[in-house]
Amino acid sequence: MKRIIPALLFGLCAFAAQADTYAITNAVVHTMGPEGVLKRATVIIEDGRITAVGADVNVPRGAEVLDAEGKVVTPGFMEASSYIGIVEVSGEPSANDSRAQSTRYTAAHSVADMINPRSTLIPVNRIEGITRVITRPGNGLSIFAGKSALISLGSIDNAVLDRETAMHVTLGQYGAHLAGGSRGAAIMQLREALEDARDFSRNRRAFENAERYDYSLSRPDLVALQPVLSGELPLAVEVDRAADIEAVLRIADEYRVRVIVLGGSEAWIVADKLARANAPVILNPFQNLPSSFEQIASTLKNAAALHAAGVTIAFTSGESHNARNIRQAAGNAVAHGLPWTAALEALTVNPAKIFGVQNYGRIAPGFDADVVVWDGDPLEVTTFADQVFIQGRKIPMESRQTKLRDRYLAKEERPQVYDKP
Amino acid sequence: MMFKKRHSLALLLPFALALAGCDAIQEQQPGEPETDDAFASTYQPMPSEPLLIVNATLLTGTGEKIENGQLLMRDGRIAAVGAKLDAPEGVRVFDARGRYVTPGIIDVHSHLGDYASPGVNAHSDGNEMTNPNTAEVWAEHSVWPQDPGFVTALAGGVTTLQVLPGSANLFGGRGVTLKNIPGRSVMEMKFPDAPYGLKMACGENPKRVYGSSGRSPGTRMGNVAGYREAWINAREYLSKMEKATSPDDMPKRDLELETLAGVLKGEILVHNHCYRADEMLVMLEIAREFDFKVGTFHHAVEAYKIADKLAETGTCAAMWADWWGFKMEAFDGIRENIPLVDAAGACAIVHSDSEVGIQRLNQEAAKAMAAANRVGMQITPEQAMRWLTLNAAKSLGIDEQTGSLEAGKMADVVIWSGNPFSVYSRAEKVFIDGALAWDSEDPRFQPKTDFELGIIEIGGQL
Repeated sequence: MKRIIPALLFGLCAFAAQADTYAITNAVVHTMGPEGVLKRATVIIEDGRITAVGADVNVPRGAEVLDAEGKVVTPGFMEASSYIGIVEVSGEPSANDSRAQSTRYTAAHSVADMINPRSTLIPVNRIEGITRVITRPGNGLSIFAGKSALISLGSIDNAVLDRETAMHVTLGQYGAHLAGGSRGAAIMQLREALEDARDFSRNRRAFENAERYDYSLSRPDLVALQPVLSGELPLAVEVDRAADIEAVLRIADEYRVRVIVLGGSEAWIVADKLARANAPVILNPFQNLPSSFEQIASTLKNAAALHAAGVTIAFTSGESHNARNIRQAAGNAVAHGLPWTAALEALTVNPAKIFGVQNYGRIAPGFDADVVVWDGDPLEVTTFADQVFIQGRKIPMESRQTKLRDRYLAKEERPQVYDKP
Repeated sequence: MMFKKRHSLALLLPFALALAGCDAIQEQQPGEPETDDAFASTYQPMPSEPLLIVNATLLTGTGEKIENGQLLMRDGRIAAVGAKLDAPEGVRVFDARGRYVTPGIIDVHSHLGDYASPGVNAHSDGNEMTNPNTAEVWAEHSVWPQDPGFVTALAGGVTTLQVLPGSANLFGGRGVTLKNIPGRSVMEMKFPDAPYGLKMACGENPKRVYGSSGRSPGTRMGNVAGYREAWINAREYLSKMEKATSPDDMPKRDLELETLAGVLKGEILVHNHCYRADEMLVMLEIAREFDFKVGTFHHAVEAYKIADKLAETGTCAAMWADWWGFKMEAFDGIRENIPLVDAAGACAIVHSDSEVGIQRLNQEAAKAMAAANRVGMQITPEQAMRWLTLNAAKSLGIDEQTGSLEAGKMADVVIWSGNPFSVYSRAEKVFIDGALAWDSEDPRFQPKTDFELGIIEIGGQL
């Protein structure tokens, strides 16, 4: 027994250190901060945070060392509009909570309590370097879809990092459909909701005593809109046509609310106005066809034009199962004029800024250790992640897909439902 | 190959055509097509001049790579390919230093023109959702040649595409292979002498569309009964025609059975939308039962599970690089699907089924190639190029004419600004039958559809 105990203790200590402390050495680190790009640098990860970055950094005792061999290291990337955590199979209503078809809730509808941190979509996307996502609700019967949340793809126990990141509203063609058939009706629905929410906040007691007029929204919905009116919670408005974006900017100005444009196929036309209003745009860089009469002026140069005008941009791949393709989308934006560094910002610091995410998006001391070691240029289609860390956790580079792959790669004599021991 | 002879004859000799026409009328049998050149291709190559490309990295589409290679295009054909050519005097030379040259990309699964942009209700022309068997409809009769998606696909290097009906029905109808050039009618775009395709669909879509309105099929077993019933009828139709000794014995002409009989005669190629491995094997069994061939499984998200069977039966699989999970039958998608099918010796193809995806099929192939190489497979760019070109041409039955950089073939050629398997590369020049159809540097060679005129410029063109 005596001989075993020290070994056991040592093993435990080593395990404890390994679980918490990592040193990524010999990396080309894109810090996304004022330090810029650091060559032959070391990144130290301790207890979920980045504690040191630089060329002259000492590796702490007991740290698990990962030699990056000159490879690129970036912060984990963020998809700015997804359904990850609330959908397994899009086409199956039983496995898809992204459409609240007939709920009576509108603004109060929230994704925070329905996130499934064990979703199959999470490993598939995180092993390709997506470490955080905004998960938004889909629309039911109202133009108000409800509240999105910030999700970590690296945690089961604390997957929801921010329960309220934005209030989602759909205008444009689909909003018009939801509101009864015209854009005017949709805008009126938005105005009435904001007016009612404002009146509610000023006359709560009268409302409770049934001494106010009938509001267009239910009580929980009116409560949910209060942080929007106070400017704490941005209004993420799904809208594509340039004229619709201008209408949104007018309403934002009138009600003093913060807006995020989601979609924005024609945003480049009103880029200067967006920049002046300090309104960010979350866009899909692949959108270039006149897919509808509100996306007539779609162009692959949208991202580049918005960036050049000083608009803060972030990306959405438009898909949840393949949020991982956000890198390819960013690469295509670069191929059509967006500076490479700006594309990387749109995947990291920009969404952090847009949604008020603290301590994420940079490789700097004090920041959450969402860190990815890439086998090449992260925006290149032939590049994959060698190792992903999320909030300091070294992520197993496995998913349901890699397991399927390995099963069918193996040449087994027994039927394939028996895995190799 | 239904109108091969007529087509060339018409070009050659009007007089002979008149005689042949008389013969044809006299010999017309009931049950035979009224004319076998209805909706024939009227495609004419655009004007071209000889061009010698030098200093290029050639990925030939046959699995080979030639560094510092040369390619000569003349009279719309590839005249020669190699390391160093004896070029004719005074031929125009393009120095492709740092660039890659490949065959034109071929997409075997598109709905361009049938689901045109803008995607308004009035443009929803891809699914005749009125009967589970609509083998009688032809996708070409829905094609709107002014779909702006044709041009954005061209900018992605796509020179040939098959437009298929949708997958709502067990038998969706005929598909058509097009050259990606502007046309006033679909006939002007039709790939000369390309065989027709027959679109079939497995799985969730047909049973959902019909089952939800209380009709058959409502299950996968209902799907299979539907296929078998149709093939029994087609066999009978064909047998009556073959046994007929006089015109009076011939069955009445039936557009639906005519298409199915075309498959049984080996003239029309089966393009079968099918996701799951088990369903693909059932479809191969149906093909064995009725003695026809499934040319290509489309989508084939689980093809990697039956790659050996695909190789055995000579069946192609046309796949996405990474789509998965949007429906139950797509739940088992993996990144290595395409390379695993290729490695088993089967015919692997990258397809789009999307007006977005068709614009960057090269990138889709790149993702699949790189994913495979990370798990120790060894797929080179020259091998992966086959997925986009020659294998696709085989699937469409046009591999004698196009799909590779080989002397004598149509000069369907793309000059890429760099390695086509990089996200940063773009199709710089696209040639179709030797004619410059797209030039990313020269607006004169960036076609605009009628639809785009005076509408996109309103906002100011970038």
